[in-house]
Amino acid sequence: MAQARSSRPLSPHLQVWRWGPAMLVSILHRVTGNGLAFVGLGLLLWWTGALASGPEAYNDFLNWVWIGEGGSFPFVTAILGKVVLVGLTWAFFQHMATGLRHFVLDVGAGYELEANARWSVITLAFAGLATALFWAFVLLR
Amino acid sequence: MGNGTSIGRVRGLGSSHHGAHHWLASRLSAVGNLVLIPFLMVSLALMPTHDFATVHAWAAKPIPSTALVLIMINTFYHARLGVQVMLEDYVHEESGKVAVWLLVNTLPLAGAAYGIISVIRIALGSA
Repeated sequence: MAQARSSRPLSPHLQVWRWGPAMLVSILHRVTGNGLAFVGLGLLLWWTGALASGPEAYNDFLNWVWIGEGGSFPFVTAILGKVVLVGLTWAFFQHMATGLRHFVLDVGAGYELEANARWSVITLAFAGLATALFWAFVLLR
Repeated sequence: MGNGTSIGRVRGLGSSHHGAHHWLASRLSAVGNLVLIPFLMVSLALMPTHDFATVHAWAAKPIPSTALVLIMINTFYHARLGVQVMLEDYVHEESGKVAVWLLVNTLPLAGAAYGIISVIRIALGSA
């Protein structure tokens, strides 16, 4: 890394700044986006691939990710599977909300300190609430 | 590119007006995902059960299978753009950049192709 060897000062990084909502949701946008890209799309391909391969492959998928029967290993992966699915749902809602926030920022609105902080907090609240409502609907109906 | 003033030495470097395309493509594919992913989530949530027969029958219908093919194209494209930006920020060595450039230009395409083939296989009734 050429910059690191020069005597010029490095730009300040995470530890220097006081945490604020805008900083948090900006970081979360990147984290959730990459999580969805690697974990979410991986799971999507496993799901559609299993569905295309027939009942046996699909039931294996269901067992590994959700049901967890036939040994301690599937039991553990099924717990992880539920955590990952809920996590992906939250990541989608958070990424969607911060993405919509970016659309607003792109047209030049919402840069005033208070409005910026308020809308950042609203994306966090929306993602939490939407995730809870989605899973409540799926599991309780 | 001039060689006199400091602005002249850097003019024409950087994104050279190509950055806007990447940015715009990211936004356009985001709008696509804004429609496609809620469609998938609502469809899954409304299914009576999630056994093979139910899910396969749903995915084989024309609108769901069209949506799934579009999801394969759009999500992998959007993800490819976003992951590229992340890697550009964190990978600094030239060799790493080459490896990352190779991965970002091949893996998403391979993933999308596998997904599309799977959906076509479901839709056309084999397996």
